[in-house]
Amino acid sequence: MGHMQRLSRRAFVFGSAAVAGGIAFGSFDNAAQAAATANGNPLAVGLGPNSATFNPWVEISPGKITLIAQHADIGQGVGSVQPIMIAEEMDLDPGQFEIRFAGPSPAYFNTGFADELAPFLAADQSPAAEAARAAALESLRTSGLQMTGGSSTIPDTYEKLRVAGAVARETLKAAAAKRSGVPVADIRTQSGHVILPDGRKIPYIELAAEAAKIPPVLDAKPRDPSKWRILGKPMMRLDVRSKVMGELKFGIDLKIDGMVYAAVKLNPHKGQPLKSYDASKARSMPGVKKILEIKNGVAVIATNSWYAMKAVDMIDCAWAPSIYPAEQADHWKVLEASFKPEFLGKEWRKIGDVETGLKVGTLVQAEYRAPYVAHQPLEPLNGIGVVSDAGMEIWVGHQSPQAVQYVAATAIGLKPEQVIFHNQWTGGSFGHRLEFENVRVLAEIANQMRGTPVKLVFSREEDFLQDIPRQISIARHRGSVDKGKIVAADLQLAATAPFKGLLERMGAPSKDPDPQLAAGMWNVYYDIPHFRATSFEAQGLSPCTTWRSVGASTAGFFTESFIDELIHAAGLDPLKARIEMCAVPTYRKVLETVAEMSNWKGPLGNGKGRGVAFVESFGTPTAEVVEVSVTDRGIRIDKVWVAVDVGKVVDPVNFENQVQGGVVWGLGHAINCELTYAKGGAQQTNYNHHEAMRIYQCPVIEVRGLENDPKVRGVGEPPVPPAAPALANAIFAATGKRIREMPFDKFIDFV
Amino acid sequence: MIELTVNGIKRQVDVVPEMPLLWVLRDELGITSPKYGCGVAQCGACTVQINGRAVRSCQSHIGEVAGKSVVTIEGVDNRNDHPVLQAWIEHQVPQCGYCQTGQIMQAISLLESIPRPTDEEINEVMSGNLCRCGTYPRIRAAIHTAAAKKMTGK
Repeated sequence: MGHMQRLSRRAFVFGSAAVAGGIAFGSFDNAAQAAATANGNPLAVGLGPNSATFNPWVEISPGKITLIAQHADIGQGVGSVQPIMIAEEMDLDPGQFEIRFAGPSPAYFNTGFADELAPFLAADQSPAAEAARAAALESLRTSGLQMTGGSSTIPDTYEKLRVAGAVARETLKAAAAKRSGVPVADIRTQSGHVILPDGRKIPYIELAAEAAKIPPVLDAKPRDPSKWRILGKPMMRLDVRSKVMGELKFGIDLKIDGMVYAAVKLNPHKGQPLKSYDASKARSMPGVKKILEIKNGVAVIATNSWYAMKAVDMIDCAWAPSIYPAEQADHWKVLEASFKPEFLGKEWRKIGDVETGLKVGTLVQAEYRAPYVAHQPLEPLNGIGVVSDAGMEIWVGHQSPQAVQYVAATAIGLKPEQVIFHNQWTGGSFGHRLEFENVRVLAEIANQMRGTPVKLVFSREEDFLQDIPRQISIARHRGSVDKGKIVAADLQLAATAPFKGLLERMGAPSKDPDPQLAAGMWNVYYDIPHFRATSFEAQGLSPCTTWRSVGASTAGFFTESFIDELIHAAGLDPLKARIEMCAVPTYRKVLETVAEMSNWKGPLGNGKGRGVAFVESFGTPTAEVVEVSVTDRGIRIDKVWVAVDVGKVVDPVNFENQVQGGVVWGLGHAINCELTYAKGGAQQTNYNHHEAMRIYQCPVIEVRGLENDPKVRGVGEPPVPPAAPALANAIFAATGKRIREMPFDKFIDFV
Repeated sequence: MIELTVNGIKRQVDVVPEMPLLWVLRDELGITSPKYGCGVAQCGACTVQINGRAVRSCQSHIGEVAGKSVVTIEGVDNRNDHPVLQAWIEHQVPQCGYCQTGQIMQAISLLESIPRPTDEEINEVMSGNLCRCGTYPRIRAAIHTAAAKKMTGK
């Protein structure tokens, strides 16, 4: 039975009895894998002699301690904070353990998606909401879905890694008790050693063999945060030094004996095949070993990457045409025509009677736009693959290990379990490394080069051309204000569906409305008596995917700009009005904090303006104030204040860096980035066309983390959505000009 | 054969003279700290020193580098105590880290010509180095710290 059939048979569908109105999420069939592991612990397979593993995150051999980073490191610090959460409980110090990225296994299913998948507002702590989240968690467990994304790294692992460390610690203590005859209660641990009452110290690694023979102490509890040695305090990220010294090997830096180098030219009409090609010029170029035809393009095998890229450039290709509109203007036309019942995604939320509410007081209407945008992390897509009769081995930095197996296997007729995946340190992602073009293409190339390891590196231009962009979106919002209050808000948007697109390419298609098109639109926490949020899903446009903060990156801009318009129409102060309207006490505190940080006192005058925006995304409420000056060279962004509530700040220095980076990401792309199509291909092929922020535009960014939320939340994405609307609102305050479309530099100059 | 000095060691490579230094370093000599980011001098991730000057190695043909001295971050003098590298660690600048070796090589060059740069001078010299993770506030802070360290000889 093929993988796809098993997939559809076992696919769990949210929206069934358990989680009404939710989304469909495909299940990966990992039964074979699970059966091959002892107690579901993948580390048990291939464990050396006299070694112990107590759970999927800890491995102790007589030579070393290895801690598993279960998520992908895409620059957010997984490779540091995840081992440290384990080390905290194990009483290990940095330097006493090695770090390894997790292989594919259902043991690493992501619990952190449960809240996002249950169709309830993040602030809703009702029993019904919690029950839906519990059901979502169960289905995630069943599916075994291991994925990095949705700002879920900390929410997923905060409990389980600390428990994993506690179990390891208590099991090592039990082993020491057995050896010494001393009661466990009299034994403690410190700095990689078990310490007996008489002061004798036994290194953990000496206890590995004995610990392996006793059952793990599963009822071990993690310590109270007040007892933390490392977590919650400023700490050194474990990867900082090796990155500064240039020693850390990213995927692109890997070398395998006997490998050859590949570069590709792929059909810029995304997803469409090659028709024909002429490689006569390329064949005789220096370093070239082979020209290969693959499904949607050609590859050159050469003795180094540059020879391969130069040669592939010289191949003339005829391409099958695009199945989406060739010209950008027609993409917008399709989108404009998508506000119709037949394209309805879902009416996500309805409060009061919107149509009646809109007739009260003053009507405000506005249309907003957000373009396709590319991801373009600085490390281009790459990978090393080798195919043998037994299967394929692949070294690639990726956020979905099981999907890598599925995509590579499907491309060359293998079973997913025949693909051995080694995750790599990556030079950023922003959603790019959830997609598969490099994986699929590498599998095809390596399959034609059986026995020889092939290193594939996309040229920057190819990476841009194949980048599956952020959703394109138009919002048509209406609202009314009366007697100094917002009476109604009717929020509607049409967009391409990013999450559904990703699921489809993962082999788990969904027919349900894309929940990411609700993000940033339905989760409005202001007390508005008449409210409605509706999504429409445009058909036949460019494939789209998740881009740092996904749906909220566009809808957050629309919603918080429009709310700002309503507030101004009502004659209110933008920040004071938001505080007064905010219906969730902990979220109101976030707004109050940013007001206090920025010393908000209303309009600044003198060519300066401030804007505020508040968006909850992935459960994390974030408020930002942006201050701009009007100069003779254009708008200058002077300062940004950010308040964000994550329940618990686990890694404070990295937290600040992530928040600042999110603001830079949000501002930079809002100012000057778009991906447009002409003749079916992307027009932007390097950073000079799609620049985002450089240091000269970067403002001072002051960050404060709050810990009032009842749950532990992530912070990789939530600082992004408020940045663009806060900037647009600041520009309005400074100039009176309301910018309703990204990128903003089409309408106003920036310094 | 083309001969050059990399981090104080004489090396010979057998490649076409048009090949950019970046790819010679990475694929032929196995020195991976200079990164490929854009190939067209838009990102600065490939920055190294040639005869003491910071340059984009993706734009330097190996034929023109023949006989010259190339320094990558692996070969920076006193690297374990270098004020710029130390400041970068102190401020925990990197996120993904991919651009950082290029940023550091550019910053070393900046501080050699302007020992106490203003924010404006930092902007001018460092704007050719792209950081997609947005570590700019920390890059700025690290440069100021490194400048102070250099002045006090620490």
